Amino acid sequence: MSCNQRDSAEAKKNDVRLNGKKCSWASYMTNSPTMIVMIGLPARGKTYMSKKLTRYLNWIGVPTKVFNLGVYRREAVRSYKSYDFFRHDNEEAMKIRKQCALVALQDVKSYLTEEGGQIAVFDATNTTRERRDLIQAFVKENAFKVFFVESVCDDPDVIAANILEVKVSSPDYPERHRERIVDDFLKRIECYKVTYQPLDPDDYDRDLSFIKVINVGRRFLVNRVQDYIQSKIVYYLMNIHVHSHSIYLCRHGESDYNVEGRIGGDAELSPRGRHFSHALRDFVDEHKLSDLKVWTSQLRRTIQTAEELGVPYEQWKILNEIDAGVCEEMTYEMIHQTFPEEFALRDQDKYHYRYPGGESYQDLVQRLEPVIMELERQGNVLVICHQAVMRCLLAYFLDKSAEDLPYMKCPLHTVLKLTPVAYGCKVEMFYLNVEAVNTHRDRPIGKIPKDSSLIHRRNSYTPLSSHDQVKRPRLYSAGNQPWLPLAPTPSALMPEGLESQTQVGGSCLKPCVKESPMKAQRNLVALSASD
Amino acid sequence: MKHRSPSEQHHGKHPRVGDCVAAASSTAQDGMEDKNASTHRELTQNPLKKIWMPYKNGLPEKHISQRKVCMTNCPTLIVTVGLPARGKTYISKKLTRYLNWIGVPTREFNVGQYRRDFMKIYKSFEFFRPDNEEGLKIRQQCASAALNDVRQYLAEDGGQVAVFDATNTTRERRETIIQFAEQNGFKVFFVESVCEDPDVIQENIVQVKLCSPDYTNCNTDEAVEDFMQRIKCYENSYETLDEVLDRDLSYIKIIDVGQRYLVNRVLDHIQSRIVYYLMNIHITPRSIYLCRHGESELNVKGRIGGDSGLTTRGKQFAKKLAQFIQTQSIVDLKVWTSQMKRTIQTAEALAVPYEQWKALNEIDAGVCEEMMYEEIQESHPLEFALRDQDKYRYRYPKGESYEDLVQRLEPVIMELERQENVLVICHQAVMRCLLAYFLDKSAEELPYLKCPLHTVLKLTPVAYGCKVESISLNVDAVNTHREKPENVNVHRSAADALQTVPPHL
Repeated sequence: MSCNQRDSAEAKKNDVRLNGKKCSWASYMTNSPTMIVMIGLPARGKTYMSKKLTRYLNWIGVPTKVFNLGVYRREAVRSYKSYDFFRHDNEEAMKIRKQCALVALQDVKSYLTEEGGQIAVFDATNTTRERRDLIQAFVKENAFKVFFVESVCDDPDVIAANILEVKVSSPDYPERHRERIVDDFLKRIECYKVTYQPLDPDDYDRDLSFIKVINVGRRFLVNRVQDYIQSKIVYYLMNIHVHSHSIYLCRHGESDYNVEGRIGGDAELSPRGRHFSHALRDFVDEHKLSDLKVWTSQLRRTIQTAEELGVPYEQWKILNEIDAGVCEEMTYEMIHQTFPEEFALRDQDKYHYRYPGGESYQDLVQRLEPVIMELERQGNVLVICHQAVMRCLLAYFLDKSAEDLPYMKCPLHTVLKLTPVAYGCKVEMFYLNVEAVNTHRDRPIGKIPKDSSLIHRRNSYTPLSSHDQVKRPRLYSAGNQPWLPLAPTPSALMPEGLESQTQVGGSCLKPCVKESPMKAQRNLVALSASD
Repeated sequence: MKHRSPSEQHHGKHPRVGDCVAAASSTAQDGMEDKNASTHRELTQNPLKKIWMPYKNGLPEKHISQRKVCMTNCPTLIVTVGLPARGKTYISKKLTRYLNWIGVPTREFNVGQYRRDFMKIYKSFEFFRPDNEEGLKIRQQCASAALNDVRQYLAEDGGQVAVFDATNTTRERRETIIQFAEQNGFKVFFVESVCEDPDVIQENIVQVKLCSPDYTNCNTDEAVEDFMQRIKCYENSYETLDEVLDRDLSYIKIIDVGQRYLVNRVLDHIQSRIVYYLMNIHITPRSIYLCRHGESELNVKGRIGGDSGLTTRGKQFAKKLAQFIQTQSIVDLKVWTSQMKRTIQTAEALAVPYEQWKALNEIDAGVCEEMMYEEIQESHPLEFALRDQDKYRYRYPKGESYEDLVQRLEPVIMELERQENVLVICHQAVMRCLLAYFLDKSAEELPYLKCPLHTVLKLTPVAYGCKVESISLNVDAVNTHREKPENVNVHRSAADALQTVPPHL
């Protein structure tokens, strides 16, 4: 390609695509962190989206944290009196509010640059261009990327519902009457309306990367998506819906292998397992779960369980139990005897440990991502799955960390009903009164759960707006990070997958994973020489 | 991948969507009324796909149509909207290819093609003038002929998605289509492409329209001029999808080749997949390089799967690959490997950063991992024959099928669409699946695509398709390609079964 041609190709590229799109790879390579900035009047579901998005991103392995400006403001101004505080001509209040924003941005900065965060969600109204310009200057200065999420809603019913559901329980309104709260809140919204400048896709904001969510997801305007993670965010926001629905999770009935203490395999239900499937049918009848969708894996024990229900069901291969590779169909004792090293490694870091020729919990989370996306889209669904699979799904809904995920309790013959409420998820547990063996292997005693953070917040005055810190190693695009060393030999100290923590900066735990790429190469040379 | 399931006996005629298979009692009420109904149903494993299916009285239970339970409730009609030269056909063809590849039977219906078939000779833009009554009539007829074929395809031929590729620039025309869809119980999803950038339009005309049969007999300038006039014929009556007037429709509006999107009322899974796909494709010129790892120890021994290292020749290939990549001087090349030793060793020789994807790992041969074909025939003759009967859908015991592999590779394809220059160092079965996507190969052809060792395929998108250059790096390697044998009967002799096994140590 001649220089000239390349120039014109380059020009074309800038023309046709966006400048940003080119650096999508650069973003993995340099790990340029992203700031997601919410925009919208109060009661537009910004906090709902922020929290949900954060939960999702953490689950798929992108360390993310919410910074809610309201929390900062409440810290600064202990007692809230009335909407007067939010009037744009209240100069003193304006000063305080700006100060809060600056403090929050400082926290964003330390999260993204020092604490290993990859995405910071800045949850505030950000309704003025002045404020957004301030944020953009901040982002530029720190070489972050920025993606705006604006929520626009003109349906008064939706707004009223949101105020009642979420804001009434807000710390701003202790011990007051409902009507007065709603009234004050509506006035508060009016205060913002005076100065609200929505994103202008045609002119002022045409070069920004953003998504406008219009009327709770009826319509979306998406502008200049820059990279992989932004495209994931857009896809996720387009799939979450706010209609109330419940998700029912359970495992298959007890299987013959469960009774024998073997893992994996494709065994049939035990007699007690069959009892459970009858009980499950009664449960479905009792709860009058009409329009219920039933999903199973492609393993016999879940299908046998679903068969008893007498309703249509779908088989998903990606709901199959974790692949234990060479350990399939073995008891824990057998594994302990045959592969003592493997057994110990798994106990060290169950989330990242990958069975030889099999999968890790981390692999499983990636495999299950389409299931989560579809669960978000659907109405009532009953998922009949497996222990490890159920743990991963549950961790998404309950926002559990990678350390806790593989030890979550998902006993046999028990149905969990998950119902979204406000910003979280209500869990009800139904034990169907059919005995079953216990298949839960506790965290080994004496093993102290890893202290996952070296995170010290310097601004002690600012509260933590979301408790989740660095939860998982970064996910590098849909694949893995560049420069991964070769799969370690069984004698290597750390299980595979942990290497990806190297880039997490402060959260890196063990010195042995802090290999430089050079070292990694040497490893490889040694390995290739030996074969 | 249009004709996906002729040899499938147990499953209805529709292929799977996503990773799911539907099963149901013959009717829901049946199961509800009679508590014992289910006791008649026994699970039997389909020997080909290794899927557990309910059987009753020795016969597979009738499945209710999969798409009823699965992702979409009824067939979908995708309707393009936009002035000429806005990339509608590009989008239609690309989307059709993608949907077929992921297992959703899709066909595109290009009204322009109907018009050319009907008229044979195109004279000039005059034909498209809004006041040309005869032209108008012919165009109308072509559109209804196309819609008739759409109905046939979706209602009777088992199609799940039809892409109706025409300008459809007036609300009146779109209303007709909506009515047609309502009458037939199809869902409608509009895809509008809006572009004001004259360079992009010009580029499109030069790249695509000049090769059109309409312009075989005129020079470039004349053709461009005529086409510009043709666009003008539509401009006056063009009614774009409107936020208010069309607020109840499901649509995506693609603005300036993907700089901006407006998405309205996405109804179901398939629409959401379509939107995601359209938001990730781009038209920046680039090339994708596909190759397999260098020859491995197990390749030489004629064994499949495993996680062996490279042979001396394999390492030589890796070096040659490094040189090749240098001589190509590719801008911003990304290198992807699987998580298997042989692809990583190959990538290491390049001395550039690379990314490992577990999704790129070779097909999992389950119980047959690390075996020679001779051994598989010896120990699992039935499996071996079943695989030859329907290699695409056959799933190794405790392993995967090509169909599984395609599902696993979908995120890789999505990311390949997003990226620019990429070198993918992968494996035989994986490369076949990726190649089938780019070259639009059917499920029958896919598992027999030739992907020899030590050969790089360079894929460059052109117009509506993909140009393929095959570059052999001149390092000897064993042949690992096993053609379909003539005899695929389960009772065949070992010699018949092994007829096409390539020579090895």
